[in-house]
Amino acid sequence: MDSPVAVVPEIENPSALQHHFETPEQQKDSATIGMWAFLLTEIMFFGGLFLAYFAYRQAYPLAFASASNKTNLWIGATNTTVLICSSLTMALGVHFAALGKRKLLALFLVLTLLLGGVFLGVKAYEYHDKWVHHEVPGVHFDCEGCVDAQHAPLFFSLYFGMTGLHAAHMVIGVFVLLVLIWQAWHGKFTADWYTPIENFGLYWHFVDIVWIFLFPLLYLIDRSGRGLS
Amino acid sequence: MITAPPVVQTKRNYINAESGLMSWLLTKDHKRIAILYLYAVTFFFIVGGIFAALIRLELATPAGDLMDSNTYNKVFTMHGVIMVFFFLIPSIPAILGNFLVPLMIGAKDLAFPRINLLSWYIYMLAGVFGVIVLVTGGVDTGWTFYTPFSSSYSNGYVVMTAMAAFIMGFSSILTGLNFIVTVHRMRAPGLTWFRLPLFVWAHYATAAVMILGTPVIAVTLFLLMLERGLHIGFFDPAYGGDPVLFQHLFWFYSHPAVYIMILPSMGVISEVVSTFCSKKPFGYTFIAFSSVAIAVFGFLVWGHHLFVSSQSAYAGMVFSVLSFIVAIPSAIKIFNWTATMYKASVRLETPMLYAIGFMGLFTIGGLTGLFLASMGLDVHLTDTYFVIAHFHYVMVGGAIMGYMAGLHFWWPKITGRMYNEVWSKIAAVLVFAGFNLTFFPQFILGYMGMPRRYHAYPPEFQVLNVLSSAGASILGLGYLIPGIYFVASLKYGKLAGANPWGATGLEWQTSSPPPPENFEITPVVTTEAYEYGAQEVLHVG
Repeated sequence: MDSPVAVVPEIENPSALQHHFETPEQQKDSATIGMWAFLLTEIMFFGGLFLAYFAYRQAYPLAFASASNKTNLWIGATNTTVLICSSLTMALGVHFAALGKRKLLALFLVLTLLLGGVFLGVKAYEYHDKWVHHEVPGVHFDCEGCVDAQHAPLFFSLYFGMTGLHAAHMVIGVFVLLVLIWQAWHGKFTADWYTPIENFGLYWHFVDIVWIFLFPLLYLIDRSGRGLS
Repeated sequence: MITAPPVVQTKRNYINAESGLMSWLLTKDHKRIAILYLYAVTFFFIVGGIFAALIRLELATPAGDLMDSNTYNKVFTMHGVIMVFFFLIPSIPAILGNFLVPLMIGAKDLAFPRINLLSWYIYMLAGVFGVIVLVTGGVDTGWTFYTPFSSSYSNGYVVMTAMAAFIMGFSSILTGLNFIVTVHRMRAPGLTWFRLPLFVWAHYATAAVMILGTPVIAVTLFLLMLERGLHIGFFDPAYGGDPVLFQHLFWFYSHPAVYIMILPSMGVISEVVSTFCSKKPFGYTFIAFSSVAIAVFGFLVWGHHLFVSSQSAYAGMVFSVLSFIVAIPSAIKIFNWTATMYKASVRLETPMLYAIGFMGLFTIGGLTGLFLASMGLDVHLTDTYFVIAHFHYVMVGGAIMGYMAGLHFWWPKITGRMYNEVWSKIAAVLVFAGFNLTFFPQFILGYMGMPRRYHAYPPEFQVLNVLSSAGASILGLGYLIPGIYFVASLKYGKLAGANPWGATGLEWQTSSPPPPENFEITPVVTTEAYEYGAQEVLHVG
């Protein structure tokens, strides 16, 4: 099964038209629309948290400004870079899938996986750092130097809620990537049929874009300290 | 209707095509998955009904004598959680919609059969969590999970219950996703958007609400679980949060969820009224677009649940006006159905009886909704039995009447058998009478000031409460009888034939029960929907 030209038995070949579709185009269109609709639900899913962020930031600007200065800008910036690079490798993966290049597809999927792993590792270190500095709300919280100490924990609740949900999406993505890499290496995808790669690419880019919003909201926006004066 | 004596059916259909338990548990056939849902949803309807019976039993006397207030809190909470999340939301879409949407659009299946099966397993997983809560001691927050009571003070299994609702949401999202893609990409040749049956329009609008609203309740429950389980606070003032934010997030889904319950019902009524009047529905496009309008405006009215919270009076006014506006598309539907019946030769078969009942009860439910959308009056009526009566007129008088209409209408298609006509009509009348006797007194009780969610009340409310409890027992009987004659019909029912009601939809063109692939030849549609007396479908190779 290592050979890229291995003939997959007809019945196991996912590129074969499923019985309820009339044409391959109909099958592909359905998968693509389904993926976009799913991403719509994801936007609403994160949307609730973003709403909570904006509502509380509006209500307690001082607490948010002082608490957000506690985030580690360099860790956040590093992870942003890592994630943007992983979007590039993912896009290249889709590109080589479309060209039917089995090995290059597998290579870029592996690179995406590695970058995703780096992101999660850095995130874990950052969470640990927060724990050490008593910045975990609830059981282990003591925010030294926070203005408006009553509401400052909200910022960290939102920090953990938002980045935690984002990280959960990354973890799911990593597991899906493992399957896709295995399948890609065994020649399951061809230039005619690589819908799962394309749709997973959409998912991965979506998760990256969520981070592109999280980074400025949690790390950058109050960094100047002007909100405190 | 074919009057041949019951004989063993030999024609290949989706039921007899395969046999064995695994052929059901691993099926990807949307019709079989609909049957799986029918069993599961019916189970939860019975459980939710038992809790309703306990509530009415307790309220038959003014003193809180059957159970203490703690137990009563758990009973009404379990009634609400089960009926809303496990019965009303999946009932019509996951059973009738699952079965019928592909048939109505001439498709072989939904776009994603495996995801369809997955949605049933997710539903069952949520059900397991729900049952664990039930047997380990319940939860007492009310189905609304309001913070900070739910997150900091409740003695019940809040995280487990929230988890059940959270998981159930994904089942709902996947069903909605499947319908959206199916309607977009799986329609038979010639079946344009404005040739779609109104049932499909209603389900398309419902699916849109499902995929846009459900994720918001999911994230809200996620935050609630974080606050309750890990003390990562968002809503409790003790953590610096604002409980009203929870209410906003909760109702952003839970008000549109009412439309997830009622829109599919409206789709059923459109089909039933048209069939039993043998007439094209009056104003097809108006009914179709009113479904879409309800889905859109339904997202903009949640604030009317917050009139007595810290929401500003200005926001309250905006939500009040928007709530009045959402009544317009609902009224359009009622007007169109009655206009369809006007001067038609109406056949009063069982589904039509339920449909007529729906129109009356939903109208009362809708109009009393306008009382509650008026800010001043709502302050008086909030948290009284008036609210209880209002939403039961919409959810039971509307959504469940529509579900019963649909079940009776398509039962011959689903099973290939007719049920007992006399008993089904008796049951329909019992349901209508029992329902009104149960819930109409509650409008008066609420107006007189009886608050909801208490197990005891002053003696002067007893007469109306006894009437309500008596009505509930009639209503329960009305729901029990169909259970008996439906089961009996499987063995003794007359064979239904492909089209027992003389209806026009594509689902009636294929045999009853339909073959696994729905249509032997993919139909080609050449006319608009509801062309009575016209040859609707040409079968071509």
